Amino acid sequence: MADLTLPAALRDVEAVRSVRTPARLDYRYTPGTATSRFLHAIEQKRIMGERCPVCRKVYVPPRGACPTDGVPTEEQVELPHTGTVTSFCVVNLQFYGQGMEIPYVSANILLDGSHLPIMHLIQEVQADKVRTGMRVEAVWVPDEEMGPTLESIKWFRPTGEPDVQVDIPGEDHGTGLGSWVGGSPPEDPRAAQTHGGDA
Amino acid sequence: MRDVAVISFAQSAHVRSEEDRNEVEMLMPVVGDVLGKVDMTMADIGFTCSGSTDYLAGQAFSFVMTLDGVGPWPPIQESHVEMDGAWALYESWVKIQLGEIDTALVYCYSKSSPGDLPMVMTRQLDPYTAAPLWPDAISLAALQARALLDAGKITVEQMAEVAARSRRSAMDNPNAQLAWDRGVDELLKAPETIAPLRRHDCPPISDGVAAVVLAADGAARDRVERPAWIRGIDHRVESMHLGLRDLTDSVSTRLAGEKAGVAGGDLDVVELHAPFTHQELVLRSALGLDDHKNVNPSGGALAANPMMTAGLVRIGEVADRILAGEAGRGVAHATSGPCLQQNLVCVLEGNG
Repeated sequence: MADLTLPAALRDVEAVRSVRTPARLDYRYTPGTATSRFLHAIEQKRIMGERCPVCRKVYVPPRGACPTDGVPTEEQVELPHTGTVTSFCVVNLQFYGQGMEIPYVSANILLDGSHLPIMHLIQEVQADKVRTGMRVEAVWVPDEEMGPTLESIKWFRPTGEPDVQVDIPGEDHGTGLGSWVGGSPPEDPRAAQTHGGDA
Repeated sequence: MRDVAVISFAQSAHVRSEEDRNEVEMLMPVVGDVLGKVDMTMADIGFTCSGSTDYLAGQAFSFVMTLDGVGPWPPIQESHVEMDGAWALYESWVKIQLGEIDTALVYCYSKSSPGDLPMVMTRQLDPYTAAPLWPDAISLAALQARALLDAGKITVEQMAEVAARSRRSAMDNPNAQLAWDRGVDELLKAPETIAPLRRHDCPPISDGVAAVVLAADGAARDRVERPAWIRGIDHRVESMHLGLRDLTDSVSTRLAGEKAGVAGGDLDVVELHAPFTHQELVLRSALGLDDHKNVNPSGGALAANPMMTAGLVRIGEVADRILAGEAGRGVAHATSGPCLQQNLVCVLEGNG
């Protein structure tokens, strides 16, 4: 470092270790036409997925594009309010803004007839009783609280039906997530379940 | 060096606000268009590179969601730049030069409308001393214009001439957002908005999408009769501290232009990414094109200025004219950062 002669007033002062520069930007977010269709349906207690015209997979919530084929998913598919837990975690930590009593369960839930799990809460069951393959159904908030948001579904709870087999992606081939034997994906939609999948 | 060409270009109409569609929904028709023009699908693409910024969308990793529009599953070779698509094109050009792949899809998009763009743009400044002051993008451009006027390098009449010519040219551009036919005298009667800038000196705020297909050697010749070959491409950046720069000159553009070989032949068409009128004058001077007669036939960024996109559009506008046989040799320029901080120059030619 070059020699620097500071004015007397700046000699032996404490170094600046942090600067606070608060920033705030407001956005008017547009979910897009496909997600808007989904949100409007949710408001009416209906769950609408959208089907890819090429691979026939049903995405929920739809974003407007099939990530496999890069084409718009414009065919509407109404889905039942039941599904299968494909993975879950038990939250034992309290954190700011949580709004839930611990322990609670966050799960990936594959709605019957769809090929993309949604994330939601599992309640009305002890956390240590939740398992992959468990059948669950949506519990909606009271009608007066319904809005264009996934929070209109309060949580999912067990239906009491027998568990179903869930295929973990990659498990069939023992190659781990995202790996396929011979470098090509399996023929069947990977997330298609034995229960309700109709692709 | 491999011969690499732009073989296809597509863009959306540029609008003030895409009310209904999200970014991926805006992107898909343009990607379909750019591939369809050369009868290609994603299976024919070796590398995909996109340009955008999360600050416009107000969402982290927003480009990952947009990637759905090209069908990235099973996984594709892909990259993203938090910059204009012109730099995504540069990365793709480098990747093709490495010899691993022969084709690339480049796309970029802007949905500026969800936020307050001049304020959003302040976030690209030095975070310790400049950004906390929230100097909006138009005020910074006005500082540059003032420096140019005070130095006697340009006049407000010249600035108005750029505005008049650009918006008149835009009347022939179906994708333009701002097009009109008004004379310099009429323009100069308008009050200054952020002095010395008048409204006509500033670009519109635009939502829009653009995409390009690059191909090397035979892959280009097989697809189109007359590829737009990239004969030179270079980009240079200046300090982020505005006070360290000579705002009345664009040293980075001059150097990039020299490296790209702008002076190596006559130019039929020039597309300069100059969001503000005075910036076209700075760029012309830096590239030795003060008197060129065919600058920004599309209307340039004054006709539509989708962030992260208007630079790639300049390359596409030149390439389209070469692909169509209307031009033999052209120059495209892209800029990024405040007051022409970073500049890319690309020389394109039709003869292979």
